[in-house]
Amino acid sequence: MSSLIDLINVSKSFDGTLVLDDLNLSVKENTFVTLLGPSGCGKTTTLRIIGGFERADAGKVIFDGQDISNLPPNKRQLNTVFQKYALFTHMNIAENIAFGLKIKNKPKSYIQDKIKYALKLVNLDGYENRSVDSLSGGQQQRIAIARAIVNEPRVLLLDEPLGALDLKLRQDMQYELIRLKNELGITFIYVTHDQEEALTMSDTIVVMNQGYIQQTGTPEQIYNEPENAFVADFIGESNILHGTMLRDELVEIFGAKFPCVDKGFGTNSPVDVVIRPEDIDLVSPEEGSLTGVCTHLIFKGVHYEMEVTTPDGFEWLVHSTDMCPVGRKVGIHVDPFDIQIMNKPASEDEEAVGVNE
Amino acid sequence: MSKKLLSGPYLIWMVGFTVIPLILIVYYGLTDRTGAFTLANVVSIATAEHAKALWLSLGLSFISTLVCLLLAYPLAMVLRKRGIGKGSFVVFIFILPMWMNFLLRTLAWQTLLERNGVINGILSALHLPTQSLINTPGAIVLGMVYNFLPFMVLPIYNVLCKIDDNTINAAHDLGANFWQTLLLIWFPLSVPGIISGITMVFVPALTTFVISNLLGGSKILLIGNVIEQEFTKGSNWHLGSGLSLVLMVFILASMALIAKYDKNGEGSSF
Amino acid sequence: MKRTKDSFKRLVENFYLVLIMVFLYAPIATLMVLSFSNSKSRTQWGGFTLRWYGEMFKSATIMTALQNTLVIAFASALLATIIGTAAAIAINTMKPLPRTVIMGITNIPMLNADIVTGISLMLAFIAFGISLGFKTILIAHITFNIPYVILSVMPKLKQTNKSVYEAAMDLGASPVYAFFKVVFPDILPGVLSGFLLAFTMSLDDFIITHFTKGAGINTLSTLIYSEVRRGIKPSMYALSTIIFVTVLVLLIITNFAPHKKQEGH
Repeated sequence: MSSLIDLINVSKSFDGTLVLDDLNLSVKENTFVTLLGPSGCGKTTTLRIIGGFERADAGKVIFDGQDISNLPPNKRQLNTVFQKYALFTHMNIAENIAFGLKIKNKPKSYIQDKIKYALKLVNLDGYENRSVDSLSGGQQQRIAIARAIVNEPRVLLLDEPLGALDLKLRQDMQYELIRLKNELGITFIYVTHDQEEALTMSDTIVVMNQGYIQQTGTPEQIYNEPENAFVADFIGESNILHGTMLRDELVEIFGAKFPCVDKGFGTNSPVDVVIRPEDIDLVSPEEGSLTGVCTHLIFKGVHYEMEVTTPDGFEWLVHSTDMCPVGRKVGIHVDPFDIQIMNKPASEDEEAVGVNE
Repeated sequence: MSKKLLSGPYLIWMVGFTVIPLILIVYYGLTDRTGAFTLANVVSIATAEHAKALWLSLGLSFISTLVCLLLAYPLAMVLRKRGIGKGSFVVFIFILPMWMNFLLRTLAWQTLLERNGVINGILSALHLPTQSLINTPGAIVLGMVYNFLPFMVLPIYNVLCKIDDNTINAAHDLGANFWQTLLLIWFPLSVPGIISGITMVFVPALTTFVISNLLGGSKILLIGNVIEQEFTKGSNWHLGSGLSLVLMVFILASMALIAKYDKNGEGSSF
Repeated sequence: MKRTKDSFKRLVENFYLVLIMVFLYAPIATLMVLSFSNSKSRTQWGGFTLRWYGEMFKSATIMTALQNTLVIAFASALLATIIGTAAAIAINTMKPLPRTVIMGITNIPMLNADIVTGISLMLAFIAFGISLGFKTILIAHITFNIPYVILSVMPKLKQTNKSVYEAAMDLGASPVYAFFKVVFPDILPGVLSGFLLAFTMSLDDFIITHFTKGAGINTLSTLIYSEVRRGIKPSMYALSTIIFVTVLVLLIITNFAPHKKQEGH
């Protein structure tokens, strides 16, 4: 499968601040790609460059083999769903949806059919003559999507479209978006800072920070095999520890040896170790590779959240359905495949590119 | 409630000096010198002299309003793009003349336009024929546009600033080019500002007597001049009030327009 | 290609901005330049002089008019601020209906044509038996100034947090004490900008003063008007320059001082 959109060596700065630095990104046809990162990481700028609302200072945007870097937004075969919907408040719902089609001089009957189809698709049949102001946030969101997709774009760009909705609605819309993507069979490029949203919906997640891509992969890869401490820290909760790779498949943490499955880090080399809180098993002190004392306990509904402090002073975050009362001495055990080894940044420079806390 | 009492002085003041004076105008306008009811003062707008002044006023203020709109809209768009928020200095520069004594502004143009004024002085220095610029309808229009342009710029600018960038982006995204966006998005969304600007220019232009006096000479009479003279020279207050009532009909009509399109007061100058 | 088109567009925009700016400021600049020219001709520079400023300051008519203008501006702004601020506080607590009615009346002097306001006030003064003069100008100016004060104070009142006032009373403050200690500081920027706005409007007014002043008294505006109709003297240019600079300074204070304050929060 060849790629539909390619960003090649794209850089962009605003008022002298570098927002994107030599970014390369390739998006395949009919995938759900999420640009994920904290605010200011450059994800929205990337989307706006693809949409044509910003022009890159350097680099190219290739769409289906053609260089569209200098094409204005109205000439691009893609449509955008904006953060706060950007509906036209002086038009009713039907007029909003018809806007792009009228510009393209489509016949009336065609436009009517399209409006009906789009409203049905977003579960708002019969809303043609309603005013924008009479709709709730979630409904406005659906209209914004309908307005974009009637133009049959090959790519739909979505800029934090669920950011303004409350939690329950947001979760419903996530499933809705997945369904839409599958029904339409087009490419979605989705921008969010919400890691849960990204994990739920995406085929591919692109984790960004400070204008650099940190890691690209499937949600499972991103979650289970973070390539650096930033990704590990940003996606889900995790314990990031300093360790020493004694040899292949054996890592030492705080003097204790943990068997793992990673290879190729050399011998006696310093590494970062990521262990997810739900992958830590609390066992009796004798069975554990390390021992510590439970110092904190909170009931979170699905599970308990605990902190276990080991003699070196590190507080391990542990999620478990089994409770361990504060003050009890426990052993820490981690299965080899639950330990993720990462290279330590070799220099200050790499640190800036890779990890920023 | 004691707090409501605080509005006492204001209410008395407003009744005494806003409401009663307006009632008096109506009273004077609908009576003759003996105090008997008459429509003669109002109907006298139809006499040749008054009708001519009214038509000229309507014509000149219409042209001035149109010119102001055509100059102000692109200016407001550029200012929105450059201004980046209120309180910006660029915007301030263009609003500033609005607050300058408008006699001085008119005086300035008189200085420029007079027969031996600055423009003709420059023309003759260049050995070009001098022009008769002052005392023409054109000079009055120029004076009106100059005086009232900021009143058009400000409300349009205010309403344009409220338009979200992404609304414009969305229109482009859906395939609209610049002109389509202007026609289908910018204009409809800025109607309140345009209406408010039109009123803020049209009402003072329609009722002015200063501009016509200083730039139009004694030959060109606007309805404002007619009314002013009835009060300061002719001393027929009843006639002057009757004509004012006619003027107020036009003003009320524009106020009704504002109320209709500008419910939130978003186009007003504050 | 695209980039050159963009910079061309910017060039056109800048050209337009400059053009309008020249249109707006060239006449004023001409006045200012002429006020320093040692020649009565409007086209010839007669060398730099402060003669017209000297003449202006020596002229008793101009100085009296200046004094009248300043006294009226200050007094009318002050009284309008007191009446208007009190009214705004009361209006803010009112139910929607009376509030709409009062705000409607408040808007009349702002939306009505000045000529009609001026005439109606003149008729009222004569009907009330108040002889036209300093007093009537003052009353007229207060009348058109109050709405500006109300419209400056109202938004600030709406922003104030009601519970701050309630908290002060909860802690034992009397309503009046609570108001001046916790509410008033919050609305003070609005009161001040209302005062300055009123002061400027009064300074600037011609039409309403023209109808309500009667014979024998002049403000700067009415003086300029009568002088101009007799033929412009260069001392009028000097006066114009001084007024323009004064208004400029006042406006910079009103426009930029409150903004600074808000940014401080």
